[in-house]
Amino acid sequence: MTAIPQDTPVRRLERRHVAAAIVAIALVSVPILKTQSEWFAYPMHIMVLIMIWSLAYTSWSLMGRFGLVSLGHGAFMGIGAYVTALLWNYAGLTPWLGIPIALATVALVAFIVGYPCFRFRIVGHYFALVTLALSEIVRQVIMATRDYTGGSLGFTPTPHGDGFSLYALQFSDRAVFYYIAFVAWVFGLWVWRRVDRSMDRYALDAISEDEDASAAAGVRVTREKLKITILSAVLTGLAGILYMQYQQFISPDTVSGIAISLQIVFAVVAGGIYVMLGPTVGAVITILLAESLRVAIGTTMVGLDTTIYGLLLVLFIIFLPKGVLGGILEWWRNRAAAGRERADRA
Amino acid sequence: MADAILTVEALTKRFGGFTAVDEVSFTVGQGEILGLIGPNGSGKSTIFNMIAGLLRPTAGTIRFQGQSVGGFSPNRICALGIGRTFQIPRPFHKLSILENVAVAGYFGQGRRVGKAEAWETAARALDMVGLAHGDHASVDTLGAAGLKKLELARALATNPTLLLADESLGGLDESEMDQAADMLERIRREMGITIIWVEHIMGVLMRVVDRVMVLDHGELISEGLPADVAHDPKVIEVYLGTDAGEVQASVGAAG
Ligand SMILES: Nc1ncnc2c1ncn2[C@@H]1O[C@H](COP(=O)(O)OP(=O)(O)OP(=O)(O)O)[C@@H](O)[C@H]1O
Ligand SMILES: [Mg+2]
Repeated sequence: MTAIPQDTPVRRLERRHVAAAIVAIALVSVPILKTQSEWFAYPMHIMVLIMIWSLAYTSWSLMGRFGLVSLGHGAFMGIGAYVTALLWNYAGLTPWLGIPIALATVALVAFIVGYPCFRFRIVGHYFALVTLALSEIVRQVIMATRDYTGGSLGFTPTPHGDGFSLYALQFSDRAVFYYIAFVAWVFGLWVWRRVDRSMDRYALDAISEDEDASAAAGVRVTREKLKITILSAVLTGLAGILYMQYQQFISPDTVSGIAISLQIVFAVVAGGIYVMLGPTVGAVITILLAESLRVAIGTTMVGLDTTIYGLLLVLFIIFLPKGVLGGILEWWRNRAAAGRERADRA
Repeated sequence: MADAILTVEALTKRFGGFTAVDEVSFTVGQGEILGLIGPNGSGKSTIFNMIAGLLRPTAGTIRFQGQSVGGFSPNRICALGIGRTFQIPRPFHKLSILENVAVAGYFGQGRRVGKAEAWETAARALDMVGLAHGDHASVDTLGAAGLKKLELARALATNPTLLLADESLGGLDESEMDQAADMLERIRREMGITIIWVEHIMGVLMRVVDRVMVLDHGELISEGLPADVAHDPKVIEVYLGTDAGEVQASVGAAG
């Protein structure tokens, strides 16, 4: 038997690029299809949600992959969304200025929570608990200031213009937001890849195993952890802002609080924490799940999806710790390796 | 002695009521290999941990190249030019052999280096200790001797002027120990690095070092040329015991 011809790295690379190009073209043409048929409106709406949440999940995985498990990312989403919206409604500040201020606020909060944790070696479960508290604190602050934020009733940014306002970043045509979400999603993946290819990635992997040995090798442990935490928090805040601008409505339950934080963790674990597109796959899974539940049983049983997330999270951690995409890729590699071995023996 | 690179004065470390290191003072000259020996638990690694910034001294001063560095953070000490190995190797299992050392080459040199330079530094350090590093080999393929070499390579990649080598070479056979001794000698000769070498087997160390210090229960009980120390009655009593003759033979008569 002759050996099976192997892919050269170059060929494999090209095929990947072609696949990515096809997916990109397909994604970009969805709004064009929608101009032809209203049937595409609903899928397009779902895809906007998927892309925005993918950004949040990808951002969480930036630090989660290094064992920095934050249960506080709901807080970062909420701060981003509420600060931008409140500045718009009460100060008339355009999101173009509101967004940088909101993101700076997110970065500041991430620093205030992160610095003492990292400086005093609060790691693992303890770090998760501190960040969990942050989630709840931000939700409580939103509730306590209900005169301004609307509390649990939610908050609606004041409409501006006639449905297409660049100044207010309000677009009644969802196609516009589709492209904004698309760019944001790609940007999130680009950041993930940049981190993955940086030396900081090795430092953070080393830190996740042994902080003392990392420091002995010259790594500035506290600084590295702070850097990735602030980056992760700010991008998550951006996802919260996009969600708010798109839905034109936010409430503590949709962009902050412990439930959202847990949903983020679940989605990433389900999709795959160590692979670039894992969080995106997680977003597809969670949003399709939430939508199906909503269509199937309506909104009478609020919180049912959270319960199911919780159950699934346990199952995933036990049976598919690398997530759906991580699991598939591993199976694929093993199969390829087995194929090579067979070819070698022959 | 040449100019002092490290000066330690009255260095003390207490853990609760227990004094692990008790007012130890010594200096290390530029380009020297200084041996630090002593029985188990005599405080050798604790001294290293204080110099390297992992433990804060209870009392005493540490001056490196004229600068007081006591209580500095480990990464800062590393950046200043003190590299250290851990007695029990602490490799990063998530990283390959080369990546383990490249982290040190990138973050540990105390100055901004490019990525390419970091990888080259890592490859050179691995060549120096004689570890193969191609193909992203996993650290889990390394045995006890290999992991010791990896520790050493990681310290060398930080481009140190002073190397703290905690080499209690337990688990290595005689030829591996000789190899390790030769390696430290070569590191000094080819890279111009000053070395403090911790060891508890005296014979292998005596061959290479310029000076020895002997620690017992946290106190410095003897210091000097290998031949002198090997004939010091105090050292023979607490440390060498019945091996005295053998060690004395290996270092020659007292000077
Ligand atoms: N973090 C710590 N907390 C409490 N006691 C410690 C600590 N580190 C070391 N000790 C104690 O200090 C003493 C000196 O330990 P050290 O590790 O410095 O000895 P050593 O000379 O390196 O011994 P060995 O030759 O076995 O490596 C020991 O009694 C040890 O138990
Ligand atoms: Mg020791």
